Parts: sequence; structure tokens; C-alpha cells
Amino acid sequence: MAFPLNSSLLNNRRLRAGLLAAPLVLFVAVTFLAPLAAMLVRSVHEPAVARALPQTLGALAQWDGRELPGKAVFRIAGSEFVALNERRALGSVATRVNRLESGMRSTLLGTARALAAEPPGDSWRQAMIAADPDWAEVSSWLALRRAGEAVTPRHYLNALDLDRGGAGEIVRQPEDRRIYVSLLLRTFAISTAITAICLLLAYPLAWLLAHARPRRAGFLLLLVLVPFWTSLLVRTTSWIVLLQNQGVINDLLVALGILAEEQRLALIYNMTGTIIAMVHVLLPFMILPLYSIMRTIPDRHMQAAASLGASHWQALRRVYWPQSLPGVAAGSLLVFILCIGFYITPALVGGRTGQLVSSMIAYHMEQSLNWGLAAALGGILLLLVALLYVIYDRLVGIEKLSLN
Amino acid sequence: MRFLVPPLVGLTLALALAGFGAPAKAQTLTVVSYGGSYGRSVERAWVEPFMAETGIDVRMEDYNGGLAQMRAQVESGNVFWDVVDLVTPEAVRACDEGLLEFVTLDELPASADGTSVSEDFPPDSRSECSGGGLVSATIVAYDNRQFPGERPTRLEDFFDLERFPGRRGMRRVPIVNLEFALLADGVPLDRVYSTLDTDQGIARAFAKLDTIKDEIVFWEAGAQPPQMLADGEVVMTTAYNGRIFNAQVLEDQPFTIVWDGQVQETSGPGIVLGTPRLEIARRFIAFVSRPESLAGISEHISYSPTRRSANALVSTHLETGIEMAPHMPSAPANMERALISSWLWWADNGDEMNERFAVWLSR
Amino acid sequence: MTATTNHQGARLRRWLHLGFCAAVLIFLVAPVLVVIPLSFNAEPYFTFTEGMLRLDPDAWSLRWYNNVLSEGRWLPALGKSLLIGAAATIIATTLGTLAALGLSSPAMPGRGIVMAVLLSPMVTPIIITAAGMSFFYSDLGLGQTHTALILAHAVLGAPFVVISVSASLSGYNHDLNRAAANLGADAWTTLRRVQLPLIAPGVATGALFAFATSFDEVVVVLFIGGPDQRTIPREMWSGIREQISPEILAVATFLIVFAALLLTAVNWLRQRDYARTS
Repeated sequence: MAFPLNSSLLNNRRLRAGLLAAPLVLFVAVTFLAPLAAMLVRSVHEPAVARALPQTLGALAQWDGRELPGKAVFRIAGSEFVALNERRALGSVATRVNRLESGMRSTLLGTARALAAEPPGDSWRQAMIAADPDWAEVSSWLALRRAGEAVTPRHYLNALDLDRGGAGEIVRQPEDRRIYVSLLLRTFAISTAITAICLLLAYPLAWLLAHARPRRAGFLLLLVLVPFWTSLLVRTTSWIVLLQNQGVINDLLVALGILAEEQRLALIYNMTGTIIAMVHVLLPFMILPLYSIMRTIPDRHMQAAASLGASHWQALRRVYWPQSLPGVAAGSLLVFILCIGFYITPALVGGRTGQLVSSMIAYHMEQSLNWGLAAALGGILLLLVALLYVIYDRLVGIEKLSLN
Repeated sequence: MRFLVPPLVGLTLALALAGFGAPAKAQTLTVVSYGGSYGRSVERAWVEPFMAETGIDVRMEDYNGGLAQMRAQVESGNVFWDVVDLVTPEAVRACDEGLLEFVTLDELPASADGTSVSEDFPPDSRSECSGGGLVSATIVAYDNRQFPGERPTRLEDFFDLERFPGRRGMRRVPIVNLEFALLADGVPLDRVYSTLDTDQGIARAFAKLDTIKDEIVFWEAGAQPPQMLADGEVVMTTAYNGRIFNAQVLEDQPFTIVWDGQVQETSGPGIVLGTPRLEIARRFIAFVSRPESLAGISEHISYSPTRRSANALVSTHLETGIEMAPHMPSAPANMERALISSWLWWADNGDEMNERFAVWLSR
Repeated sequence: MTATTNHQGARLRRWLHLGFCAAVLIFLVAPVLVVIPLSFNAEPYFTFTEGMLRLDPDAWSLRWYNNVLSEGRWLPALGKSLLIGAAATIIATTLGTLAALGLSSPAMPGRGIVMAVLLSPMVTPIIITAAGMSFFYSDLGLGQTHTALILAHAVLGAPFVVISVSASLSGYNHDLNRAAANLGADAWTTLRRVQLPLIAPGVATGALFAFATSFDEVVVVLFIGGPDQRTIPREMWSGIREQISPEILAVATFLIVFAALLLTAVNWLRQRDYARTS
């Protein structure tokens, strides 16, 4: 026994149990909960502009926001732009301001270059407006000030298709800029549909598994587990091979004369593709919880109901269904939770119309680099999942989350 | 506690291995480009001769454009990519954001014919952080087999579903597509960007895209469009001209390029800021920027040098002996209606257009 | 008369039910299998050519397998997947087993909340996890390193270990602990000599789950991995997205065989576990 703790301490069962669980709790806290916290912080905290332009923002803090700021502000801002640009730090500021007001990128960078090439003496205001007439617009200064808010609800507003008006009031985005609310609703609708389809397909099969003889049940369970263990990317590839325009299913239908060559069905790169492939991926997550609950429902309950004169459907509805509800709840919640954050499959087979909110998160993470907005979308999704998780815990119990 | 020993030993070993696996060898230069047949051209025209001349080992990576990975590397201080090939609007943005090292004109090699370096590079053909310089074009291409009768000849035909039915491939970004839409809608070349400066102009572009929206299949990597044509997934597609050229000459694909309404872009390699291999990265940029290196690319793919003096060196395709000049975007016959992409406009309006494009896509 | 119709109705219902289940099983399994023959296609198409259907030997070939082996990106990717998977599995299995042992004790304080925390990585949408990790590790300067990826995969795999070891322990008779104590064994001896051998199949199952999780994970790799972390799923992702070639099908076939091996192992372990605990 090389362990340094003395045995009376170890024999304290509470402490011992706690100590055993502690390393993983700590590990999850550091490598999982901390990243989630980092994301939530990012969603409201964007200090880059505030750090880069402390004097300008300080000067703008007193500005009323209705008429152009005073000459002193021009001078402070102009010299700060020039100094930043010399350190190559103006570009990232310009990118962020540009998100609030298109065109500000070149306004800022162009002005800094012009001012550096020809230092303006004491008429900074004229020089800046000469460099770019945008500086004569109040909206440019407002954008600058708003980009400078280190702590801001802006990303959450944007994630809900809202924005701030000139006076700081909350307004809806113009019609051609609204996307996230409808995307969230669509994600919900698709997730609900997929959950329902999974339940419909899984229920009879789980019933068969639960009440078959053990050997046969074991074999059938193996079949259910084949897709479960197969790489997600492999399964997605399979669906592309099967469903694409020149794919196996369309070829088959054409070869059998059911479809003419030019009538090939668009089964993939759209919503249909997303739904088919996702049902396939998530079906085992519905079957397994259903199966584990149904296994505990004795066959004789149905028989008893039948001997009391109930028809098969009555017995199913009144006797079996209520007892299987915990499994239904477990499977449905699990599938729904997995659905709303699914990324890989929709990204690969969803085309234009089959995308979920996850694709916008990935887009802002990888393409637009608007990480604050990605974090806010993630935050909204996380809130929804946390709610569902709590419901799941109340309804089913987290410890029943078993997949094998 | 014996049972814990093997896993802990394993853990230590694994982490140690992981630690060793991470840093690339100091003298291996990582060059990132766009993959596919263009990537192979870069490898053969630039990378292999560079390795032969300097003895420096070069590793190539593919990417699809975008600044995300570069930014992640620069911000975390773990720079794996040394040299990245970028289209000019992205190079300008990366340069502004401090993701790339500056490349000054005096670092670039002189031209053979005595033109000064500053005159040799046309204005706006490169960012302050790029070397080299190639001209490429996004064009419309179609598969001859799909059009036994009348064939598309003009950009307008891409938007004409009645005369030319069938699905179209289009890159999943607003850049170039908005320009195509306006050109096909009758906006003259010199008015495209001023039209896009107005809300009505943007709406007009999207309205034009709407007319073919249901028939569009989107692509993301430059290698996809020739494949989509070959597989019959689409009858017509927007594509980079070089990729279509290579499919024509190397794979004997019956594709035709519609040069009418091409949109030209320039590109060039830049150096990721903070790379520990800065010195050899600079040598690579200087090597690539030589007129003969730039012309060397055109032995493999139909992209022409931005440097004026290098254009005289463009000769024939290495594998097939085809005269390259007529296949270049800048060939006079192909320039009858050609738009030069405005990197300045896209650097300023890219974010907003991407956002609107995403909205348009989702509806 | 009614008895016969009832009987017939029951039979019809039974056949309908079986037919439906067969269809669902085919839906589950067939798409996975269709990839295998297509990976031997001599042509660069994703469908059965006429030659393949006529079983013409010329229509079948190993060229895509040759490509996979010769093309210099899949084998390094396999190496990276195995390395990252193994390291993540070791961490997840060690910590997960200890935690499950703690959780199985009736004396465990705050079991509900601890369980909820430990299993949360499994039910959080991967896109959120990956985004959070990307911010977190790049803030720490660990972006694009094996270390970050191993830690990420370990925390994603740990819940599976907790679940499967807990399942093994649920059949465990805690009287055995007391018996061991009466015989003079201290708590650690009991753990080592009595508990661990009994839950070994559960630990192994959990380890396989954790490994499979890492081996198939791509979103986190996309977000926090760099050019040095190009694992098999990462290569497949770009392959599918950019230049889908039958090479992908050859790799997919390999992964299917691999999945079948994992599944067989898990099944065997479960039967052993079942035999021991019952």
C-alpha cells in the first residue's frame, strides 16, 4: 500500500466516494464547463475595440450622439487611428466597426493612411472629412461608439434578428437581414419531425426486440447497433451515394422504368436529405431507451388485458403505452436534444434548404469570424438544451441515460 | 494501486508523444494553397523547383480560402502555416488585420527586361502583403453533351432556364455571383460596383439570382465544379477557368468555357505573421515572384502572371503542348466583356453581403 | 366465425408488424453495407455500373484501395487518430472508472448533481462544445495542439465510461465490501482485488465507447485542430465536402470493418459481464 492517506480517512465512505469522483468532476469542470463559460463570456464581452481606442471612446462617452462630435474628438480619434495603424492594430478594429456599419473598414484605414501621409496640423476635423466624407455622418461615430462597448448585449440582439436604433432603442432588423429566428424555428420544426419519425419507426421494432426470445433479440439488437457503431461520416457518405441525382436509388428507379431519365428525384442536398440521413443516425438513440423500458413490461399484462376482453388496440393503448411512456420520453428527449445541435449531417447533405442553426454557428466560427455572434447563438442553444436536460432529469432521471 | 500503473504510464507516454508530434521541423516550410489541379500546378511550378534550388523541404496543405485558420494560428502563437496563397480581397483583409507580414517591392525580384519592379506590377494587382501574382477568372462552363442543339454563348444564358433548362452549379458565396447577376441583368461593366453600392442595386442582384435559385447546386471547393459537370449533377456551372481547362485537356472532358462576362481576380502568396520560419518563407515568396516562376504556372494551368514582363514568357502546356496564351483570362478574345473584381469593394462590403447572402440562401 | 376473423386479424397484424420491423432494420443496415461493394468499383462513379452487375471482373478493382495506401494522407491520418484516440481513452477510462466507483457507493454525497455534471458532455450539442473549446483553448494558447484535442476527446468519452462501469456496478453486491473488510482487507485492497476484476468487462466496454467516440469525432477537430491534427474523420470530412471520390468509399469500408470489430468486442464483453453478474 503505497497510498499516502491513512486508512481511517479512506474508510470514511463518504469521503472515499467523493475522492473517487473528484478527479473526473474536476476534469469535466476544467475541460468542458470552463469552455462553455468561455463561450458565454465571449457572447457578451468583446473588448478589442475598447482596448484599442481608449481615448477616442472616452471622448465619445460625453457626446450626445445627435450632432457631429466636437473638434477635440476629431483630433483625439484621428491621432489614435494613426498610432494604431503604425502598430498594424487598426485593421482588426476596422473589421469590427465594419460589422456595424459597412464601409467603415476603408473609412478607418484610408483616413489613418491619409493622416499619416499628411499630418493635419490643427484642423483634424477638416482633414478627416477630406480623407473620407463618412466622418461628416453622425452614424459613423455612433457605430464607432457602439463597437467600443466592451460588454454588450449586441450579439444576443443580433441572434434574435434585433438591433439598436439610433437612439439606442431595440428595433427589428430590416426584412432582408432577418434570419436567425426563422432558422431557430426551422431547427425546432425539423427536430420535432425527426423525433416523431424516429418514434414511429422505433416503437414497433423496440417492442419486437423486447418481447422476442433472448437469442433472436440479441441478434436483432446487434443489427440495430451496427449503424450506431459505424462512423457518422461513413453513414453520411452512404446516404450521398444512395440518394444523389446519379446515385443508387435514382438509378434503380430509372432502370425499373418508374422514373424517366429527366425525372430523377432530388433526394439530397435539401431538407429531404437532411431528414432521411438524420433519422438514420438518430434512430438507435430512440430504439435503445425504448427497448430498455419495454423489456421491463411483462408480456402477461397484454395477455391479461386481452383475456378481459380488450381488443389488441385497446390493450396497447390503455395498458402497454402508458407503461412504455418513460422510454418514449427518454428516447424522444434524447433524440430531440441531439437533433437541435446536429452539424455534420446537415452540413454535408442539407444543401441550401436543409440547414439547421448549427450551420450558422459554424459559419460564424470559421468563415465570417464573428465569434461573438457564434457564441450568442451557441448560448441560446445551450439554454434550450439545459432546459431540456433538466426536464429529462426530472422525467426520466439522468442516471438512466444508458446506451449499451 | 498497481492497476493504475499501466494507464498512467500510457498516459504519460501519449502526452509525451503528443508533445513531440506538435512542432514541425524548423526547416520544413508549409505552403498552403487551394488544392486540386491548381494545387498540383503550384507544387510542380513553384514548390518542386524551389526545393531543388534551395534544398529546403516544403510541405503542402490545401484549404478553401478564408482567414479563420490563419487568425487562429496568429492569435494562439502556434503558427504552422508559413506561406498561404490568397485571392487579393482576402489578402488585403488579412494584411489589414495584421495576419500577414508585409512584402515590400524591393524584396521582389527584378524583371528580365529591365522594367522596374514597381512598374512591372499593375496597380491593385497585389496587396501590400502578397508576392507573386496570378490572374484567374470565374467563368461559366457547360458540358457539351447536355446541349446537343443550341449552346450557351453569353453570361445571360446562365440565367435563362427556358432556353437552357437544367441545374446550375454556383459557388456558395456572394462574391462574383452578385456581379454575374447584375451583368446578366444588363448592368454595364463600369457600373456594376456603383450599382451594388445602393440598396436597390443589391436587391436587383438578388432578384436576378432568385430567377434560378431552385435550380442551383452550390459548390465550395474549386475542384468541385468540373466534377459536378462530369457526373451530370449540373449542366452548367460557374468555375475557375483553370480547373475547366485542365479537365478539358487532361481528362478529355467535353466542356466549353463561356468567356462572356468573366470576372477576373488576382491572387498571390503571403507570409503568415509570426512564423518561426520567416527567413525561408521570404525566400519562397521571392522565388515565386520571379517572372519565370509565375510564367511556370501557365505550363500547368491557364492562369497568367500579373507581372507584365512575365507574360512574354508564357508558352505552352507542359503535358499537351497546347499554346496557352489563348486560354488565359487576359487573352484579348476572352476580354470582350470582362469585369475586374474590386477587392476594395469586397473588403468593405464582404461581411454585409455574406450576411445577406446567408439570409437569401435560407429562404 | 368471429374467433377465426380475430385469429386471422392477429396473424395479419403479426405479419404487418414483422414486415414493418424488417423494413426498419433494412433501413438501418443496408445503407451502411451498400458502400462496401461500391468501393471496389473500377470506375470513378458512386453507383453500380452495368459491368459490376454482370459480375464482370474488369468492372471490379482494388484501385481505390491502392490510392488510399499510396496517397500519403490517409496513413498519417490513421496514425493521428490512433494516437489521439488512445491517449483520450486512457484518460477517460481512468477518470471515468474511478468516478463510477465513487458514484456506486451509497454514501456518495450529492450524487444527482454530480451525475448530471459528469454526463453533461454527452448531451450537449457538439457544435456548442466545439465552439466553447475553440475559444477556451485559443485563449490558453493551446489551439491547434494534440494536447487540446486529447483533453477534448477525453471529456467527450468519459461519460460513456461512467455509464458502462456504473451498469456493471449496478449488479454489484456491496456485502462483498463488508465481507472483504471483515477478512482484514482495507478499502483499496478491496477495490483492487474484489471490485475491479468484477467490473473489468464494464471498464473495457467503456474504453471501447470512449475510443470510438474519439475515433469518429470531427466537429471539435474542425474547430480546434490545426494542420497537424488531420485525423481520419477530418480527412473524410474534406473528402466528402470537396472532392468526393471512391477513395472515400474504400476508407469507409475500412471504418465499417473496424466498427464491426468494436461491436463484436463490446457484445462479447457484455455477455461476459452478464454471465458474471447473474
